[in-house]
Amino acid sequence: MTSIPDAKAPAGEVVLEAIGLTKHFPVRRKLRDLFSNRKDVVHAVDDVNLTLHRGKVVALVGESGSGKSTIARLLAQLYPRTGGDIRLHDESTRVRGGAAFRRYCSRVQMIFQDPFASLNPTHTIRYHLTRALKIHGNAGRTAADLDVALTELLERVQLTPPERYLDKFPHELSGGQRQRVAIARALGARPEALLADEPVSMLDVSIRLGVLNLLRDLRDRLNLAILYITHDIASARYFADQTMVMYAGRMVEGGDSETVTQSPAHPYTKLLIHSAPDPDRLTGISEAEGEDAGNGEPPSLIHPPTGCRFHPRCPVAMERCRTDLPVPLEIGDAPGHWAACWLYDREEVSQ
Amino acid sequence: MSKPVLEIRNLNVEYGLGDQAVRAVRDVNLTLHRGEVLGLAGESGSGKSTLAYGMTRLLPPPGVITGGQVLYHPEQGEAYDVLGLSDRDLRAFRWAETAIVFQGAMNSLNPVHKISTQLTDVLRAHRPEMSEAACNDRAREMLKLVGIAADRMDAYPHQLSGGMRQRVMIGMALILQPQVVIMDEPTTALDVVMQRQILSQLIELRERLGFSVVFITHDLSLLVEFSNRIAIMYGGRIVEEAPAAAIYRDSLHPYSKGLLGSFPALRGPRRELTGIPGSPPDLKGMPSGCSFHPRCPKAFDPCSGNIPVLGRPDTPDGPTRSVACWLHPTEQPVG
Repeated sequence: MTSIPDAKAPAGEVVLEAIGLTKHFPVRRKLRDLFSNRKDVVHAVDDVNLTLHRGKVVALVGESGSGKSTIARLLAQLYPRTGGDIRLHDESTRVRGGAAFRRYCSRVQMIFQDPFASLNPTHTIRYHLTRALKIHGNAGRTAADLDVALTELLERVQLTPPERYLDKFPHELSGGQRQRVAIARALGARPEALLADEPVSMLDVSIRLGVLNLLRDLRDRLNLAILYITHDIASARYFADQTMVMYAGRMVEGGDSETVTQSPAHPYTKLLIHSAPDPDRLTGISEAEGEDAGNGEPPSLIHPPTGCRFHPRCPVAMERCRTDLPVPLEIGDAPGHWAACWLYDREEVSQ
Repeated sequence: MSKPVLEIRNLNVEYGLGDQAVRAVRDVNLTLHRGEVLGLAGESGSGKSTLAYGMTRLLPPPGVITGGQVLYHPEQGEAYDVLGLSDRDLRAFRWAETAIVFQGAMNSLNPVHKISTQLTDVLRAHRPEMSEAACNDRAREMLKLVGIAADRMDAYPHQLSGGMRQRVMIGMALILQPQVVIMDEPTTALDVVMQRQILSQLIELRERLGFSVVFITHDLSLLVEFSNRIAIMYGGRIVEEAPAAAIYRDSLHPYSKGLLGSFPALRGPRRELTGIPGSPPDLKGMPSGCSFHPRCPKAFDPCSGNIPVLGRPDTPDGPTRSVACWLHPTEQPVG
């Protein structure tokens, strides 16, 4: 049996870190702007700090268009970043294809949303996994080594017996099984960090938890650092150790999952949690709390609102929110719980 | 309980012909009452969308209705079978009596026509006697009803956000004041905040206008909150049907229990959840007996051999609910 060499590394060690990560996408210029100096950009991600620790799951929650998938792609080095830094084991990395990218890939792997699209329909499962193993040099020397590695991979994602799945094509498997193969393929590189971009949102409801439980099991056994991107804050509470909430390209709140979901601090997080379906609220729809002052729509990211980006929708917006960009502020109810909101500024509170 | 408005009896829908046919909806009996929200939950491939298209006769080929009745009770007059309507009558029936909001409704607007044209198009087809000005007034009124400023009448769909397009679709469905509105996953493409806004608005409109809603989704936690009764489908059959609270508090069918246990809770204690082992059945090779038995934690002898009938269980609240499970054998089949 081959074993993961890094599995004995201390838990809690920082694997991947984003500091002030920023990504702007250029907007195609219109003809009438040709002679002006205006250069419009979409502020997809602005000044994001994120740390992935060994053996921990960090969830990134936000609505569509908030920039959470862009963060995953930046961390996977699929996009060049506009600003900020990505540090792998405290070493600044900027790779653009070639061998450097491969080396990076073998340490940081990504799982995509749609297992129907991320597997090649013309190849068998054996081919998919063999490629991952060979490219990252984990296939061993002989055919027997390869077989052992393949079996091990499939067993790790609970596709047993492995022989039954190896020579199947993706279309012969169900959605959940396909996503397991995609996870096995990512594990073939023996990564330290997994970036899972909405890994269960395309799957049937009844099998989502199976895949989440599998990822959690992998976190514990292989000591992986996992970034879990989702729009479902309830699943973040279930699965992740830490939860970060994003709004319009910026982080607005972070902390351990239980604190963020049970006592949310930022008005946007409150709105998000209030809006999530809640079977216990059988009495009907109460609009009293968590009211949305806007029309429920995120702002344009080409010309994001000044100050706090949530202020046009915020029911408790103050004058200061329109002009000053809020900085992350400690909430103080639990260690590590912060929110980027002026409500929690000491001076503001004292007034 | 109020009067029924739509009764589905022994509806069967197949895709394809002869031996190749796949039975997507099997012997479904379901009653929609006046003014209620009936939730239809199930995983993909359980036949919930096919059922909706079947009862409105919107099935695209190779879908065929192979049996059953869909009785519609108009406000005045005799009930009639929708499946027996002539093409002409069917045209008049659709939209005026039963409207449907499709899955991914945001993309069902025509991108090259203005909102106003698309809204008034319905009126021109169904109410040819209405004047242009009256049509426009009505369209404006509908937009206001769903919370869109009337000056957006001349906008094209791409100028509206996803949530606004969805509202336009809902307004369009309600423009002829139908008795029944069928919503097929109306909010799956939207964010939770927008989803809640649109659904609250829909519930409010329903109270004001008094139509009934068939709400189809895979999100059971959403249904428990928003609907009066819930029917759960698995493998083309309805396996349980009960008031929303009863489904949530004590569901009888192991599949309903499993489905409820598949949603992590946002409140209350953090529990270890398992989902349901195995994967949903393939309609081409359905298991014998109860189609859930290979995944069922409580399966016993009769499950693999005989198909359980949907009937009233012998619980105290038995008369208000029905279940198809051998754990709750029944004397009174429904339908």
